[in-house]
Amino acid sequence: MDVSKLIVEDVKSGTFRIHRSSMTSKEIMDLELERIYETSWLYVGHDSEVPKQGDFCRRTVLGRPLVMIHGNDGKIRVLINSCLHRGALVCRTDRGNSDSFVCFYHGWIYNNCGKVIGIPDPEGYPEGFCTAERTLMSPPQVDSHRGFYFVNFSAKAPSLADYLGNARELMDLTIDSAEILGGWEVMKGTCKFDIRANWKLLLENSVDNYHFHTVHKTFLDFMANERKRAGVPRSTINNITNSRALAFKHGHVAMLTLAEGRTIACPNPTWSKDAIAEVMRIRERLAERYGKERGYSMADYSRFVIVFPNLVFHDTQSGFKLRQWWPIAPDMMQVTQWELLPRGEREDLVNYRLQGGVTFQGPGGFGSPDDIEALESCQIGFRAPELAWSDASRGMRREPRSDYELTSRAFWREWSARMQGHAGAKRVVDPPIPSTNARKQVAK
Amino acid sequence: MQPPPQEHLLLRLAVESFLYEEAAHLDNWRLDDWLALFAEDARYIVPTTDLPDGDPKRDVVFIDDDFTRLKGRVNRLKSRHAHREYPYSRTRRVISNVRLTRIEPGEIDLEASFVVYRARAEAIAPYVGIYRYTLARTNSGEFRIRRRRAELDLERLSEHGAVSIIL
Repeated sequence: MDVSKLIVEDVKSGTFRIHRSSMTSKEIMDLELERIYETSWLYVGHDSEVPKQGDFCRRTVLGRPLVMIHGNDGKIRVLINSCLHRGALVCRTDRGNSDSFVCFYHGWIYNNCGKVIGIPDPEGYPEGFCTAERTLMSPPQVDSHRGFYFVNFSAKAPSLADYLGNARELMDLTIDSAEILGGWEVMKGTCKFDIRANWKLLLENSVDNYHFHTVHKTFLDFMANERKRAGVPRSTINNITNSRALAFKHGHVAMLTLAEGRTIACPNPTWSKDAIAEVMRIRERLAERYGKERGYSMADYSRFVIVFPNLVFHDTQSGFKLRQWWPIAPDMMQVTQWELLPRGEREDLVNYRLQGGVTFQGPGGFGSPDDIEALESCQIGFRAPELAWSDASRGMRREPRSDYELTSRAFWREWSARMQGHAGAKRVVDPPIPSTNARKQVAK
Repeated sequence: MQPPPQEHLLLRLAVESFLYEEAAHLDNWRLDDWLALFAEDARYIVPTTDLPDGDPKRDVVFIDDDFTRLKGRVNRLKSRHAHREYPYSRTRRVISNVRLTRIEPGEIDLEASFVVYRARAEAIAPYVGIYRYTLARTNSGEFRIRRRRAELDLERLSEHGAVSIIL
């Protein structure tokens, strides 16, 4: 297998193809785990999930059982949830608060900083064994960006700050936007579901606006009906022409779309007058604090930011959600979705936010189930090896709109480079658009 | 106040009949008939699998429909564009362990165990859990659903992928 041949980019004709074996081969998936997942920064959790000393929550990250824990020394740690003695899980509940953890197998005791503080019947061990410093292991690299904790299982990988690079600016727009409301807090209630499709299909789907009007017609019809019922004229906002796609070093990609119905801070005209006034006040406060350009951009645009390879920051009319996926088999992924809420958001706005979220996104929404159907449908289509290639050429020679598949191409360029064992792609963005003259020459 | 045993039994039978008729509407995709069983102030809620007692006012839930969105859900499922349910999956509901937990003159709370099988696209996925209903009784003696909560016992939606059918 020559992984360098799995994507074919023809700059001259402006075409881009992906070999479908990348979505069906076990060999390729194993290589993805080794060359991409084992060396990338992977999201674990948010500090608001462990606000008090002793708070902990369990996570499975790349198969590893981890626990994120707020120690009595005030430090938040991410530890491997496995007893140093024989390996049993030290923490056996998904969340809670505790000063110590007793391994139920042989009774080794750990404090909430991970340190061994007791070994039963110490006489059985050589001298010094039980007094030696022993602590639960951490993944080779653990770091956080403004409360969002990530791990990296490769000690050689670049720092989190370098890795996120300029994608941080987009993440920060969302993070900053809730500062005046007390910052973000992860809500209780997690959406956990599987999709019988290759993980990369969900990544692409999360930043693809081309499918929106076909896959999500029933959602759009419902929303249009709601406006009609409220006596509000049809929206004049076009989320395709008022949109942008972006690509960053290390394979992070994003799409921005102009959007009504954001409680921070671009109201839906169907909301109460009072709610609309409050949202407009928040919008102005953002402009005052962060400057007009940055403040209004925070308020008016929905942001879909992929942190390569398996996380999406999703700040939209459906609220602020994080969604993470894991490859289980070439045709199977596990998905987890969390939602965050500004701590001090007014109750009526929280209600609009949550109603917006539950209407579209998540396993019971009017949107997500149809996305899942589309991905599973593609995966079944891939069973015909005669049709070996998928096409991602759309908009390759145009200014990047959110429906122009730049996000896919940029992701696949990075994917290809990493799969070949390179540190990253030389170029993730599309090649420069040829001038009019050059275009005429191509036409000849 | 508990009514006399015989009266209680008859009431439970009436409630069970109502639940079975409701299940028949859903298994046969008679969604308009199903919607007609609801009171205008109704709420249909499906919490997430990790927080079965989730409160939609402050927690993430899978589904939190008031009557408007419930109507929207039915309209959506009736169209050819609810792709996850076009063509319709086959469903089979098994309802049991019905217990009346509160009996008032015009209103009854009940719990019932359910298994809802969904068969489609080479897989059959059972949704297992408990229903919590509040039924209103109209002047003519008919039941109307005021609250319908389906709490799942699953740890995650694995082969189900979503809750695209009515649970």
